[in-house]
Amino acid sequence: MKGKQTSLQKRTLKDFIAFIIAELKPRGKIFTPFNIISAPILALGIILVIYRLIYGLGSVVAEAPGFPWGIWIGFNVMVGVAFAGGAYVLTFVVYILRSEKYHPIIRATILNGFLAYVFYAGAILLDLGRWWNIVNPLIGNKFGVNSVLFLVAWHFLLYMIAEFIEFSPAFAEWLGLKKIRTILHALTLGAVIFGITLSTLHQSGLGALVMMAKPNIHPLWYTEFIPVLFFVSGIFAGLSMVIFEGTISTRVFGYQLTDDFRRSYDDIVLGLAKTCAAVMFVYLFLKALVLIHSAQWSFIATPMGYWYLTEVVGLTLIPCILFLRGFRDGNITMIRIAAILTMAGIIINRCNYVFIAYKWYVPLSERYIPSWQEIVMALTIVFAHIWVFRWIAHRMAVYRKPPAWAVEQDKHAE
Amino acid sequence: MDRRTFLKRLGIGMAGMTCGGVMAPGRLNAQETGQDKEFLGILIDTTRCIGCRSCELACAETYGLPIPDIEDDSVFETERRTTETQWTVVNRYETDKGTVYAVKRCMHCNQPACVAACLVKAMKKQEEGPVTWAENCMGCKMCAFSCPFDKAILESHSPTPRIRKCFLCWDKRLVNGEIPACVEACPTEALVFGTRRELLEGARTRIYQHPDRYVHHIYGENEVGGTSVMYLSAVPFEQLGFRTDLGTTSLPELSTGFLYAVPIIFVLWPAFLLGVHRATQKKED
Repeated sequence: MKGKQTSLQKRTLKDFIAFIIAELKPRGKIFTPFNIISAPILALGIILVIYRLIYGLGSVVAEAPGFPWGIWIGFNVMVGVAFAGGAYVLTFVVYILRSEKYHPIIRATILNGFLAYVFYAGAILLDLGRWWNIVNPLIGNKFGVNSVLFLVAWHFLLYMIAEFIEFSPAFAEWLGLKKIRTILHALTLGAVIFGITLSTLHQSGLGALVMMAKPNIHPLWYTEFIPVLFFVSGIFAGLSMVIFEGTISTRVFGYQLTDDFRRSYDDIVLGLAKTCAAVMFVYLFLKALVLIHSAQWSFIATPMGYWYLTEVVGLTLIPCILFLRGFRDGNITMIRIAAILTMAGIIINRCNYVFIAYKWYVPLSERYIPSWQEIVMALTIVFAHIWVFRWIAHRMAVYRKPPAWAVEQDKHAE
Repeated sequence: MDRRTFLKRLGIGMAGMTCGGVMAPGRLNAQETGQDKEFLGILIDTTRCIGCRSCELACAETYGLPIPDIEDDSVFETERRTTETQWTVVNRYETDKGTVYAVKRCMHCNQPACVAACLVKAMKKQEEGPVTWAENCMGCKMCAFSCPFDKAILESHSPTPRIRKCFLCWDKRLVNGEIPACVEACPTEALVFGTRRELLEGARTRIYQHPDRYVHHIYGENEVGGTSVMYLSAVPFEQLGFRTDLGTTSLPELSTGFLYAVPIIFVLWPAFLLGVHRATQKKED
């Protein structure tokens, strides 16, 4: 009896390895334009990452005294996390408000969010001068419990786990683990509630990070409401990313889309556009309130003031109107343009807090301008995210229907 | 509600409370502690400084930094900032009252932003006043990002970088009962070492005795909640390259509002979400 069991296990392990090896092989065309562009950057980026980790920050990062953070924090971490905000917003809509409408895109959004955290929170590692100490705040080589960054670090880690649990039924389906899937599926609601709470806190926490730098941040951007602004802008940033990502994914993974998905997709985009417009209106209202209360009018007619208007009017108010018009006219193209403009606005907004409106009084010649190595490495992280996303979406039930047994299981659970 | 759901909710509630408790700030970080000990500090009287740069030399010798050539006056041509190898720098300023030298270095704030920023407590405000650094640092540079004086500097070209700045000679001299090397080296007593209270009294006395010689302001008395390094000057401080727009609120206080909201959200949010989840449930389920 015992011997029989081990032989069975052995065979399954062998099968399992064979299965993984088969799955690891690339699928589809190799020489696509995207691959031709991204592969060399990835290769160069990985070399640069190793080089940087061995030889230190100064070996690749632009020298700018007084600007400790660059694009890895400003773009990869701050923007990456804002763009990943779609995951917790949609889990709120689907699992808490029980809206079935957005169910078809929930897995793709969660996967995107999870990978965003893995790669963009991972980008922190690049920017850490003493990166091997990254475990210190987790293992308690001194808990700096009163630091906002401590909170953000822990929340990143916990949220990654929560998002992994949310996505894990798809893993279980892929590996054919029926029993484990039942358990993982049962954990979803808990993970969702925990995840939304964590997201609320660390989306705003990223804003709270820069608050102590008040003397260094331009008065048009500094307000005690930075955490609230970060939280609210994280919502429409995340949803814009969902729209943008969907635009590309529905083409790339078109072969596996169900008819249900195709029918409801436009409706989903329209719903997202409406939500974006509403949240952006709230954000703009807050921005106006802050501007009026702080009485910083005089700064508007300065170069930094024009930059502020570019961000707030050009890349928030205008996309807000485009979202609204796109929703009214059912114009998907207009919504997609609005999503791209919104994302550009978020990139500028987050980078403003980290190095553009930060120490605005420093002349351009002494300012931080990213080196080419920094840009390549920043892009490497983005491409790595896309590659892994693509690999998973081709193999697991991200867009396609879950296997029949999984659907059956869910019916029984309800 | 049956017993099972009750226990389930109780469990979630308690887990929430525990997490909230763990993640919550117990007390304001970097707050002035140790009522039994007074902060030590340095009073710098810029009217007495002759720009000899002896302090720079003493600093470099104490900490094994590259020895500066103090005979070379060309360094005064530009306003220098402190670097990873120069923790104290003398700058020359042309002011309304002629040439004035001012030495710049870490201000050792009473409630330092760098200390409140640190997630591993590598930056520490010692009970005696100096702000020091320890090896468990991650190099996240949030201290540098938050410093209003630009004085926390991470070595950029080292694979094992450290935060380099003035430590008030804490580890090299203060622990042995000696005074900071720069103070000892100063030939004109432009630098005076003592407890912050004594220094403030001394500074006020000088202003009262020579009301025409000084502007009636002690830089560092109230800036960002007070600093352990303080300055006297004959000319308004902005002419000596000091920021006069820092305000008197300590910087860590700016993020405490957020930190206090964290445990509240951590407890209330899950309960609220669970409530909404139940409320949206259809009858037949």
